[in-house]
Amino acid sequence: MTAAETVKLKEKKKEKYWVATVKKLFRNKLAIIGLVIVMIQIVMAVFAPLMTSYDPVKQDLVNSEMPLFSEGHWLGTDNYGRDVWTRIVFGARISLVVGITAVSLGLLGGIVLGLLAGYYRRLDAVIMRIVDLLFSFPGILLAMLIIAILGTSLVNVAIAISIWSVPTCARIVRGSVLSIKEKEYIMAMRSMGASDLRIMVRHILPNASAPIIVFATMRMATAILSTASLSYLGLGAQPPTPEWGAMISQGQDFMWSSPHLTIVPGIAIMLTVFAFNVLGDGLRDALDPNMDI
Amino acid sequence: MIALIIRRFLQLVFLLFGISFLVFSSMYIAPGDPAAVIGGPTATESDISAIRANLGLDDPFLVQYARYVGNAVQGDFGYSYQTTQPVADAITVRFPNTLKLAIASMVVAVIIGIITGLISALRQNSWLDVSATTFALAGISIPNFWLGAILILIFSVNLQWLPVGGMSNPFYTVEGLKELVLPAITLGTGSAAMIARMARSSMLEVIRADYVRTARAKGVREKNIIWIHTLKNAMIPIITVIGLNFGFLLGGTIITEKVFAINGVGRLMIDAIAARDFPMVQGSVLLVATLFVLVNLLVDIVYTYIDPRIKYD
Repeated sequence: MTAAETVKLKEKKKEKYWVATVKKLFRNKLAIIGLVIVMIQIVMAVFAPLMTSYDPVKQDLVNSEMPLFSEGHWLGTDNYGRDVWTRIVFGARISLVVGITAVSLGLLGGIVLGLLAGYYRRLDAVIMRIVDLLFSFPGILLAMLIIAILGTSLVNVAIAISIWSVPTCARIVRGSVLSIKEKEYIMAMRSMGASDLRIMVRHILPNASAPIIVFATMRMATAILSTASLSYLGLGAQPPTPEWGAMISQGQDFMWSSPHLTIVPGIAIMLTVFAFNVLGDGLRDALDPNMDI
Repeated sequence: MIALIIRRFLQLVFLLFGISFLVFSSMYIAPGDPAAVIGGPTATESDISAIRANLGLDDPFLVQYARYVGNAVQGDFGYSYQTTQPVADAITVRFPNTLKLAIASMVVAVIIGIITGLISALRQNSWLDVSATTFALAGISIPNFWLGAILILIFSVNLQWLPVGGMSNPFYTVEGLKELVLPAITLGTGSAAMIARMARSSMLEVIRADYVRTARAKGVREKNIIWIHTLKNAMIPIITVIGLNFGFLLGGTIITEKVFAINGVGRLMIDAIAARDFPMVQGSVLLVATLFVLVNLLVDIVYTYIDPRIKYD
């Protein structure tokens, strides 16, 4: 077999693997439900201004605290007369943006540290001790410590959650690197004179992608939940930002008269977190049922 | 076993130094001058300089850190910028409420989690299993601050069975127990869901093991198979999750205390962060993180007792 044929065969195998993965994922009903909810949220987030004719922050005190299914406001209005559906739709945008930012930054840090720790034995001890140290804090506490330094805002929440994600991601990547770097094809690349950077980025990282994809999906659920929690505590989004956690916090004061102000954003958070969790579960089963995440 | 415990304790000492260093340096690099905060808006430059000199804030970082650790091991965590009260006193007053809440939630989580997981595994693919799995998925996805609000709405506002919040009565009184019910369920549900998931998969794995089949073939009663042969072996991963979840619960108390207006360390921490009261933040974070690593150590030790095959290098 010529070299070109070998490459073709490898590409075919790779394609087959991904097709099989997608097929497996689509056989999982819960994962499909999760995927549909995530897609709906993405559509809501991208086309938010087209999905409502109201402003999410503009007050309309004449129409305050309207109940569910009121005319023109099917999810009612809050104590300032703001349309709850509008705030939910714009809240989806905030949740996704903060979640994606936090997870991307966390992945970046985790992948770099994990690759270095797994590939270079000398760096391993130092990096993993730092990771162990970060693991000594319950996640929300670490996030709060970072917010205590940076101050309260949504941007700082994203940074805090990303730092909190780094140690877990680093551990996952390191574990994969340790097993992959001993494989024959990596040794072959090394003997052919490939640089460490090339081996890590072109050959190890793609082969460690499965657990990273699963981690990222599940971490989206954690990130969205944590953003809402921190905003609920008053450490994230500040009024009048239409963030779901902040909406629950404000709605709690009107629980007696307008319980929907608390119930509706809670359902939005729950559905989104549920969707990312089941999608992550489905991806894990489809990519590799023995994966340890 | 003893060698393992000694080694883990030594590692713990280093870890605690690391935690204290991280917490101290975080507050050190945080923007804002503590002396100006203490002095208040009317303080002059000379007042602020005097406060800085008095608190030793002009000393090099490592000197300040060494002084902080030296004082902390003697139980002195400094004074609150807000109230000028000793941090240790403020934490001591509030800590019992936090601990009470964490333990009560853990009890709720372990009982619900293990029972749900066991039923789910023993009746695999039945409607009970589907209900338990759905509960587990929902439990992981529900924001606990929202669950708390909904529980208040149902049981306190509408039914008026349980108090809306607070924690002022001793836990052994009826009133004290009533105060604990909703916060413990709120905080424990997420952990119960995680424990249930782990208990189910762990039980399913063990239940299919050869030695269980052998026991069944020898005519051992089903009850004995479950309690003697299966559960103990299935407990190892479950204990891991329980241990990890205790830390999760310690973190979770912060939110639950806010929902139910409980005067605990978590609420103290949130107020301190909002007011940038750094000594209070340092003290409370240090306490929760220390408890977290101590619990993890305890879990490690319990592992080796339950499964003597486990050895740590």
